[in-house]
Amino acid sequence: MAQFHQTFFEESFEGLDIMENELLNLDVGNADNESINTIFRSAHSIKGGSGTFGFTAIAEFTHVAETLLDEMRDGVRQVDQVSVDLLLKSVDVMRDMLTVYKDGGDMDADNIAAVQTELENLLGAGGSSTSADDSGSTTENTASAGWIISFKPHVEMLRTGNDPIRMLHALSELGEIEVVADISELPTFADFNPEDSFISWEITLTGDIKKEDVTEVFDWVEDECDLDIKPIASESESPAFESSETTPADVEASSTKQPAAKQAAAKKGGGESASIRVGIDKVDEIINLVGELVITQSMLGQIGGEIGSDADHNSNRMEKLLEGLAQLERNTREIQESVMRIRMLPISFVFSRVPRLVHDLSGKLNKKVELVTLGESTELDKTVMEKIGDPMVHLVRNALDHGIETPEQRLEAGKPETGTLTLNAYHKGGSIVIEITDDGAGVNKERVLNKARANGLVGENEVLSDDAINDLIFNPGLSTAETLSDVSGRGVGMDVVRKNIKSLGGSVRVDSVEGKGSVFTIQLPLTLAILDGQLVKVAEETFVVPLVSIIESIQVKAENLNGIAGKADLYKLRDEYIPVIRADHVFGMSNSQASLNDRLMVVVEGDGKKAGIIVDDLLAQQQVVIKSLETNYQRVDGLSGATILGDGTVALILDIAGIIDMFKEKSAPVPPAPKGNGTDSDIADEAA
Amino acid sequence: MASILAVDDSASMRQMVTFTLKGAGYDVTEAKDGMEALQIAKSNSYNLVITDINMPNMDGITLTKELRSLPTYKFTPILTLTTESSADKKMAGKQAGATGWIVKPFNPDQLLATVKKVLG
Repeated sequence: MAQFHQTFFEESFEGLDIMENELLNLDVGNADNESINTIFRSAHSIKGGSGTFGFTAIAEFTHVAETLLDEMRDGVRQVDQVSVDLLLKSVDVMRDMLTVYKDGGDMDADNIAAVQTELENLLGAGGSSTSADDSGSTTENTASAGWIISFKPHVEMLRTGNDPIRMLHALSELGEIEVVADISELPTFADFNPEDSFISWEITLTGDIKKEDVTEVFDWVEDECDLDIKPIASESESPAFESSETTPADVEASSTKQPAAKQAAAKKGGGESASIRVGIDKVDEIINLVGELVITQSMLGQIGGEIGSDADHNSNRMEKLLEGLAQLERNTREIQESVMRIRMLPISFVFSRVPRLVHDLSGKLNKKVELVTLGESTELDKTVMEKIGDPMVHLVRNALDHGIETPEQRLEAGKPETGTLTLNAYHKGGSIVIEITDDGAGVNKERVLNKARANGLVGENEVLSDDAINDLIFNPGLSTAETLSDVSGRGVGMDVVRKNIKSLGGSVRVDSVEGKGSVFTIQLPLTLAILDGQLVKVAEETFVVPLVSIIESIQVKAENLNGIAGKADLYKLRDEYIPVIRADHVFGMSNSQASLNDRLMVVVEGDGKKAGIIVDDLLAQQQVVIKSLETNYQRVDGLSGATILGDGTVALILDIAGIIDMFKEKSAPVPPAPKGNGTDSDIADEAA
Repeated sequence: MASILAVDDSASMRQMVTFTLKGAGYDVTEAKDGMEALQIAKSNSYNLVITDINMPNMDGITLTKELRSLPTYKFTPILTLTTESSADKKMAGKQAGATGWIVKPFNPDQLLATVKKVLG
């Protein structure tokens, strides 16, 4: 049976999504029948499947939820907010249970029981208990020397596809059988209709046979025949089984008492589908191998180019070789892209969590919110997707809690009563951009600034640009505590959101206009497996600087350099000052204090902070395959990974934000470099 | 060998039914709802139809009624897949002309036993 589990999980999770969606869209008080039907059907399928595949806990729980849905479907129960919310909760419980069955772990038995009790309470005291009817242990071991069965099919029995002969045959397998046919009702040939049934039988069945085995033979036709089953009169007769009636309970008890499951015989399966499921580890393995292939290919290309340039005596064959290498490069590139696409999933996987969140939160906060989602089919890497969910949900929470105002406040501010939350995703270069826009109150700059001043994050007289003030909300020390609530005040702050996004190589920023709303913009790399990098040379070693973090590369001019005594250099780049980082120092490759004049400096930005990294040479720009240092060695501060270059050497990939942080620690306490207009008095004085 | 039309909107149930019956040598065709089943049934003939009841587009009860109204399927055994709790569903199936039912949840052995019972 296990071979069907994967399909079962897949369709059940889909079913739960359907249920959730339909429940959220349900017009409470005036529910659409088709929607209720759809919800019911999903629950019903999950129940059926989970029972069949042995996930009894889900089957039992779902049964109760299904009963509630059944009542709604039959119009016995109003579709009200209370039941819809409870059903949504049930969906969560079912999803959790499925996840536990699928991935292992522990069931939250308390929660399951609590929700089930709520359901049962709603259904009323008489709420049909889950397993009352299916564990019917009416083990009626009624055996006798045999049975006398009077079987008279109704005229129309054949028309349900039931053949009396089949039943006689089945009875004959139970014991010794003697059959007497009564053909007295048989009409004359002229009146004979072959579609009707006219014969009745008197059957004597002898042997040690349970009554339920006999009734089971007739269970489908109890309404289509006159049936009388009596024990053969004998000394064993007892009043206990005088009754010859077949009750539904008997039928059910017998049909569930089949022998335990054995393995189905053959090995040929019959699954057809337009997609196949494969383990992510297999895909990762291919990606890894393709990575190796890319390296091998670029190595060959490099050697080919070198040989080609000094081998004109054999030029014809050489040309062919170079052509072949060029084709290899194209093919390799295409394979790499195709393989990368396997891991790509539409962002709707993450967006789909939001409607429910908005529903629950707006209810809790008494706010009216309309959710708009755009660009749901925008694809990104599965790994990135899995990690962006939580930060994004946090930003949505934040927008609902702190952004969008209550209907009263909105009306007062001359806005429509219902606020709008927009999720938008689109590709931009090698990144995916996710925007979370609300038309709420916006960031209260004054309050943020006051708070930052009180915490010593911003100097008393420091003047900050609007952007810089907005950016303060990502600072760990800055939670506008007076608005802390149980909705977003869960101990996870904006700083954690930024940290998590940063760890994915992405960035987050906020633009906000007071009274009009805010836009949170998350920018993420499409994949964590490859990276567009600038190769640079530092003290004979090659490093990779992620292209996304490079702003420009310049030649250092001594007059723009300002040394802070014994600490760090600052470089005046147009109207701002950026710290100068000597990569060779950071990685302990040299301690040279040689003048920086005329040296090359790559200006980078990581986590909103700019810095200049001094390098010896700028080499090629190329796409590199990221190899994890953690997996192959250990984490190293300032490095995000490594790659293998065409010539086979290993190059380390710089973690720009990490290096800037390291540098800050080493050279602390350097006053925070002013962002934007650079009016910070301390530094301006130093520079002067 | 006997041919069977298996109708269920749940892919895992279809897989399980098909796997079991094919393993026993039956010729199995799948349909994902009543509508699809009816269409397939009209251009073929089957010795047995096994159908789920709750399905989108066309449910198993309607399918049964529709099939019974076709000359080819007047006497063809039709089994409904039904859950324990819905005794009235079994009856609804019977009233629509179904031969019998298989109670969910069932395991492959139970399914095979029932099918053998009907097809002999």
